[in-house]
Amino acid sequence: MDMTALLLSRIQFAFTITFHIIFPSFTIGLAAWLTVLEALCLATGRPVYRVIFEFWLKIFGVAFGLGVVSGIVMAFQFGTNWSVLSKMSGPIQGPLLMYETFTAFMLEASFFGVLIFGRSRVPPWFYLFSTAMVALGTTFSAFWIMVNNSWMQVPSGYVMENGAFVPNDWTKILFNSVVWSRFPHMLLASYLTGAFCVAATGAWYVLRKEYHAEARIMLRMGLGLAAVLMPIQLLFGHLVGGYVNTYQPSKMAAIEGRWNDEKPGSEVLFAWPDVKNRRNLFAITLPPPFGSLIDSDSLTAGEKGLNSIPPENWPPVVIPFFSFRIMVGCGLVMLGLAWLGSYLSYKHRLAYNRPLLWLTFLSFPLPFIAIITGWFTAEVGRQPWVVYGVLRTADAMTPFLTAREATISLAIFCSVYAFIFLFGTFYIYRLIRIGPVRKLIEAPHLAVPNRPMSLADEAPIQEPSHVGAGE
Amino acid sequence: MVMFWVSLLAISILLYVLLDGVDLGVGLLFGLTNGEARRSEMLSAVAPIWDGNETWLVVTAVILWGAFPLVYANLLPAFYLPLIVMLLGLILRGVAFEFRYKTQRLRWIWDVSFAGGSLIATFIQGLTVGALVEGLQFTNGEYSGGAVGWLTPFAVLCGIGLCLGYALLGACWLVRKCEAEVRDVARRQIPVLAVGVLAFLVLVFAYALAEHLPILHRWIDRPYLFVFPAIGAVAAIVLALSILNHNDYWPFYMVALIFMSAFGTLALSFWPYMIPSVITVDQAAAPQSSLTFMFWGCGVVVFPLMLLYTVISYSVFRGKVRETAGHH
Repeated sequence: MDMTALLLSRIQFAFTITFHIIFPSFTIGLAAWLTVLEALCLATGRPVYRVIFEFWLKIFGVAFGLGVVSGIVMAFQFGTNWSVLSKMSGPIQGPLLMYETFTAFMLEASFFGVLIFGRSRVPPWFYLFSTAMVALGTTFSAFWIMVNNSWMQVPSGYVMENGAFVPNDWTKILFNSVVWSRFPHMLLASYLTGAFCVAATGAWYVLRKEYHAEARIMLRMGLGLAAVLMPIQLLFGHLVGGYVNTYQPSKMAAIEGRWNDEKPGSEVLFAWPDVKNRRNLFAITLPPPFGSLIDSDSLTAGEKGLNSIPPENWPPVVIPFFSFRIMVGCGLVMLGLAWLGSYLSYKHRLAYNRPLLWLTFLSFPLPFIAIITGWFTAEVGRQPWVVYGVLRTADAMTPFLTAREATISLAIFCSVYAFIFLFGTFYIYRLIRIGPVRKLIEAPHLAVPNRPMSLADEAPIQEPSHVGAGE
Repeated sequence: MVMFWVSLLAISILLYVLLDGVDLGVGLLFGLTNGEARRSEMLSAVAPIWDGNETWLVVTAVILWGAFPLVYANLLPAFYLPLIVMLLGLILRGVAFEFRYKTQRLRWIWDVSFAGGSLIATFIQGLTVGALVEGLQFTNGEYSGGAVGWLTPFAVLCGIGLCLGYALLGACWLVRKCEAEVRDVARRQIPVLAVGVLAFLVLVFAYALAEHLPILHRWIDRPYLFVFPAIGAVAAIVLALSILNHNDYWPFYMVALIFMSAFGTLALSFWPYMIPSVITVDQAAAPQSSLTFMFWGCGVVVFPLMLLYTVISYSVFRGKVRETAGHH
């Protein structure tokens, strides 16, 4: 076993999956929002929904493309770098990923083509149907990925036979509290990502005094959705914490920075975990029973500390400790923004509140940071296990993989991903800067036919310098 | 149950080769084409369908993992570097579809990555098949050929051969989907590419004879295999006739038939092995509980649906591209 190859493989997996998750977390929410817009447009006949739809469709196209190509890599990387894992868990993880590909990818890919190129070729109802199918596909994909990852977090429904995980109860694998708290948690996170990106874009246009009608709808819908979903998200986040507390004591102790067993437990709000000396520096702590209350919904429950877990089974404590706090911090800021913004929007005062508009505009990275740090908490917190409690990451790697091969692959992944990421985000930025295009948009069928939409009272229409595939 | 999944695997690989072969081939020809009008018409001929086509590669990968984990876990690391380079080729060409229309000044970057990515991906796919046919080095059921064990003259030859083959498939698709100049240029390319493919097949056969490749024994054991080359030969004749008659539709189906017969030949020569002379289909198969779980959901219900989506998306975009021009 080559330890350098192991480290490089772990970095490579972390890098490629972190890069990948940025795009699905954005497009899952965006696909649902596009479906809503298209349905609103058909139902009300208001062309403004179509303008917003076409605008976000272009952004969706770029982000979806990046998600697809970086996702294909994941289907291969289990095999290339983690052949022992793929051999052992193939009977369980293979079928789950097969369900993902079969139920989600083909649905997305086929109807995505209709979405981008088919507007003039299919009837309006079929176009709406295609939009909904793309949204459904992204949701299915999220579901199977969450089932798959949840099994790695809390393996169940299997027996060991000839060194492989052989499934003996699929209902346990599919229907357990771990999956059904984590899947909604991820789905809500994606919707919130979409909501904040839409709201931030609206805020930007209001600040620039452009696209008044579209910007108002984006702001109102984005913030309104976030205001409703954010508290639900916090609830599901709490439920996810419940499974960690029940099944993964080492991860929980690391997240909480808890060294000694406590009964009832205290709650460390902030600290610098000093792993070497097994203590927290600069700790700000809530007294017992706050820790037990938060972790176990109880005033008296005992909470396990790292000292009662053998150090070789500890995760790298500092990473889950901080990534969890960053995630929660982002969530709380988003909650405040969404509630305040929605309240002001309801009072018709948001458009004049420039500081809050600026904050909303600048808030778009928050959901991405929250998702990435949330996944860091889940995945780094699971270490040193790849399948929690059963298979160590170090034992899961391809035995004959050399450090040289791993270095080459990591180097090309980094350079190609950096290259396409820079251009991709730049193109998305430019699409957003140019803004919605209001010409060439015929009214939907329910509206008065053949009447070009009114363009009065708005800023002059800006023609994008280079029209894209979404046109 | 194992037979069912072998068949599904074979169908998926075949669909991948036929469908993504088209847009990879168009990518290869794209590199030989000048002029924005022609280039963008070529792209329009595959833009709505490439994503679905490429999905069959993922389908193949997950069928391997889910139904034949032993093969997945052995082959993927054996082809570590080529696979990763192939994936990056597919990434570069995939983003080019969207990115090239987002810029004018830097469009050449995405045109290079579209053509170059297509070339890399195609070459490596051919290389992989070639290395498998020739045989990889295994010790006690585990790959032991090292980082470049797949790199042989025969594998390189197969890589070049597949480039010619996909380009031929792409040219026939352009003849079918395009009009005027793009179609006429593609039609002139077909004979050249077809002769190239033929020369490649002769070379492969000569090499196999000279090197006494173990796969040849299958042919002596199973003379009925010769039915496939016969089908291929008939298809080649019809292809030649349809080119002479300036028919837009037949060439594509004939080349597809040639690909199918080549694929059938190869698949049946492998049987019952998945990795020739190392791992058989039965050894590689996942436990019954996995196969059954996949059978009732993915196999019986979703697989036909996937075929249906593919048919829907092809029928929405049927006909010549010109008629649909205007999405750019």
